[in-house]
Amino acid sequence: MLPINASNARLWSMLGSRGTFGVAMLEAAGGAENIMVLTADLSVTSGLERFRGAHPDKFLNVGIAEQNMIGIAAGLAKEGYNTFVTTFSNFAAMRSYEQIRLHLGYMRLNVKVIGLAGGMAMGHFGNTHYGIEDMALMRAVPGLTVIAPADGAEIIKTVDALITHQGPVFVRLTGAMNNPIVYAEDYNFTIGKAVRLRQGTDVAIFACGTMVFESLVAARNLEAQGVSASVTNMHTLKPLDTDAIEEACSYAALLVTVEEHGVIGGLGGAVAECAARRGGAPRQLFIGLPDRFGKSGDYKYLLRKYGLTGEQIASNIMATLGSRTCNVPESRVMAE
Amino acid sequence: MGEREELINKLRAMAKRMRRTALAMTLGAGPHGAHVGPSLSIIDICAVLYGGVMQIDPRNPLWTERDRFLLSKGHGALGLYTALAETGFFTREELNTFETPETLLSGQPAMCVERGIEISSGSLGLGLSIGIGVALAGKKAQRRYNTYVLMGDGECNEGAVWEAAMAAAHFKLDRLIAIIDANGLQSDGLCSTVMDMVSHEAKWRSFGWETRCVDGHDVSALLDAFTATRKTPNCPLVVIATTVKGRGVSFMENNNEWHHNRLSQAQYGAALQELAD
Repeated sequence: MLPINASNARLWSMLGSRGTFGVAMLEAAGGAENIMVLTADLSVTSGLERFRGAHPDKFLNVGIAEQNMIGIAAGLAKEGYNTFVTTFSNFAAMRSYEQIRLHLGYMRLNVKVIGLAGGMAMGHFGNTHYGIEDMALMRAVPGLTVIAPADGAEIIKTVDALITHQGPVFVRLTGAMNNPIVYAEDYNFTIGKAVRLRQGTDVAIFACGTMVFESLVAARNLEAQGVSASVTNMHTLKPLDTDAIEEACSYAALLVTVEEHGVIGGLGGAVAECAARRGGAPRQLFIGLPDRFGKSGDYKYLLRKYGLTGEQIASNIMATLGSRTCNVPESRVMAE
Repeated sequence: MGEREELINKLRAMAKRMRRTALAMTLGAGPHGAHVGPSLSIIDICAVLYGGVMQIDPRNPLWTERDRFLLSKGHGALGLYTALAETGFFTREELNTFETPETLLSGQPAMCVERGIEISSGSLGLGLSIGIGVALAGKKAQRRYNTYVLMGDGECNEGAVWEAAMAAAHFKLDRLIAIIDANGLQSDGLCSTVMDMVSHEAKWRSFGWETRCVDGHDVSALLDAFTATRKTPNCPLVVIATTVKGRGVSFMENNNEWHHNRLSQAQYGAALQELAD
């Protein structure tokens, strides 16, 4: 595996999540004979140009046909290949949902779906290219592992883990280019095991993908206002690290979930399902995208519009601590 | 009697037994009923493949060189199950578990490669893509196994079939063989009325496949269709088999009430008389 250090972290940040995936795949495939990587006409977008040149025998472009891609991947997996497929997260999760459900879920074939540009990274393209329901859909498929890496280093860690991991996985990449860095040194990454990045006592923040970095910013901001917030990187949405949630329920007065995803069925839903079973769990603030389609805009603009910057997350938490409800206040989402 | 004639007679007898078994399983399913019509239409195809064409070994079901049969039209399950029983993957007693709780033999197949069920199917239009992956894996490893994917003509309404048809030719998968069970009926009636696909042969040929049209109940013709020397190299083959839904039982033939139905004891008796040796 490529070493995780400040210099590589800067490089991966610059490349963005898709470019970093390409780097990770190129590195990982070298020593693995049984790898196949498929794309649906998005090899450049997937950062796979160098991979395509270096490993033509391990690469297959199936054209603009996501359903067929999952089917072919399933057939290859059935014959022993560890098969990776890439396309935009929304296309993978929705156009080929039934293939994922049946071939990966029902038949448990060893296919790794790499969903590119989850969330709103596609900015000006608009809602057709946003992945805002992908985690909810993927999480609902029985037996599917769902991972949303926090940054470039965690993408490297994830791909490295998936080379040996047996079983179907959906990986949701978020962020565009110049992604913020969460990890500049090595750490222990285990699928299904959350990582506590910051200790805290009043508020427990759970985040995934790009929102891990923003949540760390929010926690520092809260600290300045006298509120102690823990931040946990829930890189694996399924299987969920319920111990991490149980523990948070024992110390925090407020659970907060932060995700670049609709507030229905994603990380917020996963945490709530766990906490609700416990009984007497703290209130939960769901920070994510509102339940409606908005207009397009550049990525940074959209994050701000929907209250997903560190400062906005902190102010949302402060407002919630001072009120009795945990609804996402519409007033805090900029007007259309 | 020549070797060929012997084989033909063996396959005909096998198909007849499979039909009787399929009816017994339908009777045994009781009020659940079964997709008996669309299974009877593929039984000769399955008999020829399992009894005369495919290289398989029930004692070694994971044999890497085995030919693969993928039933994409999962509602033809009885055709598959009876063929697997004929070739030793299931006992007659096990067939009696059809559609019972926790069975290996559900109404639509659930993957169990160890017992010869290569994929789960039931949702239509998905098998050919998997077949491409299986055939590609064989080609990359320079294996000589064939991959057979059986679909219905109604199933070909599904767009996913045509994504796969396009790709199979593009990847030059000459060991991939699709079979269309062209019984002319789908759930809501005549294929030509529900969604007229005009000509399967023209469509598949234009997608880059070698096409062979055959009477799907003529065991000898089916055998030739699967084994004759290929005319076109480096492309997949589709066998378009004209069939009769419910074939072998007069009151079921071309009668869509038997797409999925339950069978009474009296109907079972009448059907068996028609299928006596």
